[in-house]
Amino acid sequence: MKKESPIAAAKTDGSLRRPRWQLILAGMPLLLFLLVPLVALVFRISPSRFLTGVMEPQVVQAIRLSILTTVITVVLTLLFGTPVAYMLVRKRFPGRTLLDALVDMPIVLPPAVAGVALLMAFGRRSFLSPLFGGLEIPFTQAAVVLAQLFVASPYYIKSASAGFASVNRELEHAAEVDGASRMQVFRTIILPLAMPAIVGGIVMTWARALGEFGATIIFAGNFPGRTQTMPLAIYIGFEIDLDVALVLALILLVVSFFVLAGVKGLLAQRLTIF
Amino acid sequence: MCHRILLICCAFAVSLSFQFVTAAQTAKTTDVTVFAAASLNEAFSAIAQEFEHANPGTKIVFNFAGSQQLVQQIAQGAPVDILASANMKQMLGAVKTGRIDSASIAIFTRNKLVVVCPKENAAGVLSLQDLSKPHLKIVLADKAVPVGQYALDFLAKCDQRGSFGASFGQEVLGNVVSYEENVKAVVSKIVLGEADAGIVYASDISKNVLERAGVIEIPDSLNVIADYPAAVAREAPSRAIAEKFLKYILSDEGQRILTRFGFIPPK
Repeated sequence: MKKESPIAAAKTDGSLRRPRWQLILAGMPLLLFLLVPLVALVFRISPSRFLTGVMEPQVVQAIRLSILTTVITVVLTLLFGTPVAYMLVRKRFPGRTLLDALVDMPIVLPPAVAGVALLMAFGRRSFLSPLFGGLEIPFTQAAVVLAQLFVASPYYIKSASAGFASVNRELEHAAEVDGASRMQVFRTIILPLAMPAIVGGIVMTWARALGEFGATIIFAGNFPGRTQTMPLAIYIGFEIDLDVALVLALILLVVSFFVLAGVKGLLAQRLTIF
Repeated sequence: MCHRILLICCAFAVSLSFQFVTAAQTAKTTDVTVFAAASLNEAFSAIAQEFEHANPGTKIVFNFAGSQQLVQQIAQGAPVDILASANMKQMLGAVKTGRIDSASIAIFTRNKLVVVCPKENAAGVLSLQDLSKPHLKIVLADKAVPVGQYALDFLAKCDQRGSFGASFGQEVLGNVVSYEENVKAVVSKIVLGEADAGIVYASDISKNVLERAGVIEIPDSLNVIADYPAAVAREAPSRAIAEKFLKYILSDEGQRILTRFGFIPPK
């Protein structure tokens, strides 16, 4: 039995109608502007050079590191970000607006500034350094994950918040009247209804983490195999060997595209606004 | 509502017209675009100041970055009048793009390497031999950056002469935690205290840096002397003034300023 949100079904008729020509004309400039550089990238590198490039150890290392760190970042974001997202929209408490603005900060901050801030907080001379014992965080893979987590998790929190906020309170109250506990209400009512927003938030977080550069190079440094993620390898590669940079850029492009298309396709099946 | 929109449009138009006025004013000055290696930041800025004083109506516009990044930008068509690189390799790379006049290449200064450590020097790096101490955190520039390659050359030289044992180079490289993409980033990491040692240029040791870091000299016998070439671009937008600026850099006044910032005069 296909699950269909009653609210969502009412909002779209589900048919695939072509947009009017005026809309297409208005949207064309930006669409082309977004598309053309990507297409230019694809045509710049020949398939044979691409295949040899993919075999390069530096490329393989960068890909592996990017996948590993972004997956960890996404898991941590889900674990620690969901309570924050929930907290921000459920109850009014003193300082909520401030907290909300704080969570938005990493989105507004230039990544380089985020990197410096992380260094000040977790570097050797940090006021917190007695807490770490002998553990040194900069220049490690943990630093890569922390940098990604800092800049990318706010996207999930914002999206999940919107999802939680959109759940009709009446449904929750009805469930509570029927005897459901808070946890049951969360698991069976709120979570499923907020799921598209949650998944959308995770995808954005993953995408932002994958492309993270400024904070990473300052906080984690650049060391092939240990902290050189794909964006770093592309940046350095661009200055040594354009081919390496192009191969990585193309892989990043293709992987991101398929993940995004796949997730969105799956969500579209649920016939929601997303 | 209509009034508000009108007010906003007026404000916008006024601010736009200000832009045109200031643009018209700056059009009277000739801009010389100089792409220079990151290590030349302070010295070239000082030289530019003197040059602009002596030649009113000119403005030197700088793009400081790792030499390898500058060459890539030139390869992609960035407008430029002068390129000042930290090694001949990158200059030749720029010549290969066809945008640099190879006849104008001149070695205008030289530089050598030093080891820097943070002020507190908790790791106790007191000599060059200490660089191979286990568990040390060393930061170098990437080998695509001139100073990064020079550092590797220095290590190779040490191994060749057997000054610190046969595996000194390997051990030092084993201590490297990050390969930065320009020399100033290496200096920053040391000054911030995040690493125990780094290899940078002697010219990077400014008064500012000296207050926050310690320096270990590298003897000339082991050191790598870097030749800095400069050249004029083939289709330089401000060719005449650019050549004048290059001549100024090579003149006594220019050389005096470079020496003041820790550079070595060319042979």
